[in-house]
Amino acid sequence: MTEKKMKNPLSLQIDPALFETASEEEKAQQVTMRESVSFMRDAMRRLRKNRIAMISLWVILLVALIAFIVPTFYPYTYTKQDVTAQNLGPFQYSAKEQMKIDKGMSVFPHIMGTDNLGRDYAIRVIYGTRISLLVGIFSALIVIVIGIIYGSISGYFGGRVDMVMMRIVDIIYSLPDVLIVILLSVAIKDWVSTSQNALIARLGAGMVSIFIVFGLLYWVSMARQVRGQILSIKKQEYVLASRAIGATPARIIRKHMIPNCVSVIIIIAAMQIPSAIFTESFLSFLGLGVSVPMPSLGSLASDARTALRSYPYQLIFPALSIFLIVLSFNLLGNGLRDAFDPKLRN
Amino acid sequence: MNAKFLAYLVKRLLMALLTIFLVIAITFFVMHAIPASPFSSEKAKSDAVIAALEAKYGFDKPVPIQFLNYLKNILHGDFGLSTGWIGNTVAELIMGGFSYSARIGFTAGLIAIVLGVILGSIAALRRDRMLDKVIQVLTTALVSMPSFVMATLLLLLFALQLNWLPSMGNQPGGLILPVISLALYPMAYVTRLQRSSMLDVLGQDYIRTARAKGVKNSGVIFKHALKNTLTPVITYAGPMMAYILTGSMVVENIFSVPGLGRLFTNSMLRTDYMMIMGVTIFLATMIILMNFLADILYKVIDPRIDLG
Repeated sequence: MTEKKMKNPLSLQIDPALFETASEEEKAQQVTMRESVSFMRDAMRRLRKNRIAMISLWVILLVALIAFIVPTFYPYTYTKQDVTAQNLGPFQYSAKEQMKIDKGMSVFPHIMGTDNLGRDYAIRVIYGTRISLLVGIFSALIVIVIGIIYGSISGYFGGRVDMVMMRIVDIIYSLPDVLIVILLSVAIKDWVSTSQNALIARLGAGMVSIFIVFGLLYWVSMARQVRGQILSIKKQEYVLASRAIGATPARIIRKHMIPNCVSVIIIIAAMQIPSAIFTESFLSFLGLGVSVPMPSLGSLASDARTALRSYPYQLIFPALSIFLIVLSFNLLGNGLRDAFDPKLRN
Repeated sequence: MNAKFLAYLVKRLLMALLTIFLVIAITFFVMHAIPASPFSSEKAKSDAVIAALEAKYGFDKPVPIQFLNYLKNILHGDFGLSTGWIGNTVAELIMGGFSYSARIGFTAGLIAIVLGVILGSIAALRRDRMLDKVIQVLTTALVSMPSFVMATLLLLLFALQLNWLPSMGNQPGGLILPVISLALYPMAYVTRLQRSSMLDVLGQDYIRTARAKGVKNSGVIFKHALKNTLTPVITYAGPMMAYILTGSMVVENIFSVPGLGRLFTNSMLRTDYMMIMGVTIFLATMIILMNFLADILYKVIDPRIDLG
């Protein structure tokens, strides 16, 4: 029996008699060691460890909560004018309101004062914030849907289809997008103001044209990235390796294609949001955005210019809100990029 | 200047020309889809007067013919007559406004690139130290501020509260605030680009080699590293142009500078369609040409890049 082993100590022939069965405890140890961390969970863990990104996320959630919940119970509306309470400072009361207080009635304070028509400024800033968030989120959705479909078709088919589709993307990419947004909003202003559709009339020319332009132009970087990912993953050695050890196409798509695309999609969508918010506020500032009386942070800042010296807070509040929103989205976007970009993984 | 580069140049030029053509076509057909005539908004004009005006401006011909005429005229530098500033051609108005905008925009772009490269390099060389962190926080804050927020806050602080600088563009020194408002965002952007590109280059083998053979630190940075860090900054030139040109629309309005941006917003208020079309095409052409130049320069400076 030992004779064979003596002949060649490097022989791979193993002797089952020398093995002993593992105890339950040892088996359990193997199980815990084998527990794998999925890509998403790994990325989320890294994101959670990023303090700045998490603070930004909480700020965004808080702002969203305020923007969507507060108007439902707030005692003032963004349209209600009060000629006796024009241009009040924060927490000031008009003479009429002061009389009510003196009589013992309670008056809800104007946290950010009122504007030149006596409308409560806080609720207007909150509505403006809501518009900004909606624009950001919807544009991200538009970009995600169109970009993924276009990019994956182009990457999947490759060859001539890919070439034609990517040439189109190249051309769209080189069009100056902001100029086209402006052009469209000028052009459809007439149409929107006479539109029978209540939603379109309420949104205003700027908003409608922003969404049209996002649908037409802004998805190209997403499409490019998704297509690039799919093309490069198709050629990766680890895909070849997993195919060699018998992985099915379904498994390759599930384990390699999707996780790699998900990172790109999340990162680009997160970067899209602040740029959409920028564009909307820019248009509203130029007077091409939302229709009056609907406020937007851009139009509030623009209106504040007429009496900037006397009522600077009318500029400060919308300016701070937009800064806070965009900063939070930017920082969250950076955090997401660090967490989801597998190349940076240690 | 090998054949491959020439082929790339031609291909890229054709692409730029095609894009310019598309912009002209989009602009023309979008503006002509508006049902209202540019003259119908003004009151007290009989139909006959409107028809006469339309004939004078060539608006009575079929749209495709108008388009061909428009295209032909643009090639001769003729953007038509302004209907908002009667008696002026669009080309004259554009040139008048552009002389202001170009001065502000060029200064702002130059400041943004020079300061951005310096600040970005400093941040990279002082990585993770106090100065780097300060620069990073500042640039993150600056890229989160839309141009109108930046401009109005500067106006409020330096012109209205402190009274250090004039608030109007036509006063002496009045262009300082507009230039700063336009320069801060691209400066912050260039700083971030330059920082990461400098960090990237400093980690390369040839830098280690240079250090190993005893090149002084300043020599490593100025002779070996800096040149190679500039390529990402060059690719930003096109987007920066787009930012400055569109940003000048709000900045020129805020500081009352009679530039192209203000002209553009005013022509929207006056529904001067010829002006809107002319300025859009002019600005778009500037942006597309800048992108083209940046792309070519990028390939010239870094021959390692594949001429795909």
